[in-house]
Amino acid sequence: MTKRNFWGYFVPYGLWLGLFVIAPVALIVYQSFFNLDHQLTLTNYADYFRSGVYLKMTLNSVWYAFLITLFTGLISYPTAYVLHQLKHRQLWLLLVILPTWINILLKAYAFIGIFSQDGLANTFLRFIGLGPHQLLFTNASFIFVATYIQIPFMILPIYNALDDLNPAFINASQDLGATHWQTFRHVIFPLTLPGVKAGIQAVFIPSLSLFMLTRLIGGNKVITLGTAIEEHFLTTMNWGMGSTIGVVLIVAMIIVMQLTNDHTKGAAK
Amino acid sequence: MKKLSRLYLVLVFIILYVPIIYLIVYSFSQGDTMTNYHGFTWQHYRDLFADPRMLAIVADTLLVALLSALMATAIGTLGALSIQRTSKRVTRDVLLNLNNILMVSPDVIIGASFLIFFTTLKIPLGFGSVLLSHIAFEIPIVVLMVLPRLREMSPSLLSAAEDLGATTHQLLTKIILPFITPGILAGFFMALTYSLDDFAVTFFVTGNGFSTLSVEIYSRARQGINLEINALSGVMLLFSLLLVGGYYLLQQSSRKRRARKREVTP
Repeated sequence: MTKRNFWGYFVPYGLWLGLFVIAPVALIVYQSFFNLDHQLTLTNYADYFRSGVYLKMTLNSVWYAFLITLFTGLISYPTAYVLHQLKHRQLWLLLVILPTWINILLKAYAFIGIFSQDGLANTFLRFIGLGPHQLLFTNASFIFVATYIQIPFMILPIYNALDDLNPAFINASQDLGATHWQTFRHVIFPLTLPGVKAGIQAVFIPSLSLFMLTRLIGGNKVITLGTAIEEHFLTTMNWGMGSTIGVVLIVAMIIVMQLTNDHTKGAAK
Repeated sequence: MKKLSRLYLVLVFIILYVPIIYLIVYSFSQGDTMTNYHGFTWQHYRDLFADPRMLAIVADTLLVALLSALMATAIGTLGALSIQRTSKRVTRDVLLNLNNILMVSPDVIIGASFLIFFTTLKIPLGFGSVLLSHIAFEIPIVVLMVLPRLREMSPSLLSAAEDLGATTHQLLTKIILPFITPGILAGFFMALTYSLDDFAVTFFVTGNGFSTLSVEIYSRARQGINLEINALSGVMLLFSLLLVGGYYLLQQSSRKRRARKREVTP
């Protein structure tokens, strides 16, 4: 390929990079310095850090994302582990992936039915004698549904890490007299940690921004960073403040990426 | 221990599938709540297919998905070709990192920043803005699906063709494109599912007149239970299964082809 032709091929992709990757990020940072009257100002950031409301909301959102990631990890690791020992594991893995192909809103909608007064969850609670409860529009239901949605995204990277693990390590550990628990604690888990980190990356960041779930399942009681951004952009039309929260979310994203990336790179070297 | 772990696995799979089954079961239930099954009926499916607004939205959604996936596949393939062609390692790493920005960004950020972008450029919100956004967030996944195939291609194949006097055009259409077709198809399928799955980005840039299925489901679900949505999820589940099946068959056949090639060339 001649150099000239090559540039011809690069043009559409380059345009996309400029217009839809670099420009929007630059615009959201730029917009965050404007107040409601379109004046260049730092008040958005001052408001964000001074009024306790925004900081509290951010901490709250990070806390919920942490809980969702924790529960997802606790459920997914054993699942991936057992799954990996099965005979027809490829088929089972496909069954794990399948629910991710169903629109997230339909899954959220299903839980509106399941958690309703006479829904499946309350029928079950009544059956085991715990009586009906208000389940929908609680913080617990928000965490439950978010965890449910994220589970496949955590299972997959952990499964892949288990798949990459050389079985010779496990055999060696057992030959040297380690118990099952010791083998897991000192060999399997450390070696599959990159998978867990990839899973955390895939779960934690989206969990900060799940605004549709806070509306449909959380009943507006849980406010995540995503909910706040959506509200500022589409309801109160305060784009400046919305962008400021967006910048905070981007910074949070970069921090999470750094925390989950660097170590794996170091290990690979 | 073994029994216990199996039991755990079964439990996880039950949790994974109960909501989906629940949705589908109630799409066949008489009455209009998702509680206490009231007997079998096709009524909600009949309502769904007699709802002109819903049908128009389904058509719009499919149109956006197909058009955006086609465009994204074209641009993404060109992008993968040019990333592969860059000789400097640093440039390639920078390009790949830029490529991945939209893959890792939260949906709200993509949606909000695109909304600012369209408003700044005075592009009206509606079909056009939704289509552009979908193309934009589908391109990186196409690049990621095509690049590995390009890397597998041996450079001697290209030099041989060049030595035999192939023009750039011939090189592309006769050698490169046939070789990377599985990657391009995989990218197209992924782009299609990304488009059908998206809610947040569309929700930000859709404006008032235009709606896709996800946005419509959201606004209906906020008003409460409506078994027509259940019927819709039945139809969408069937459609997803067909897509997954198609994708799976595609991968199987390309894997078989590769295996056959390996047999021929020891």
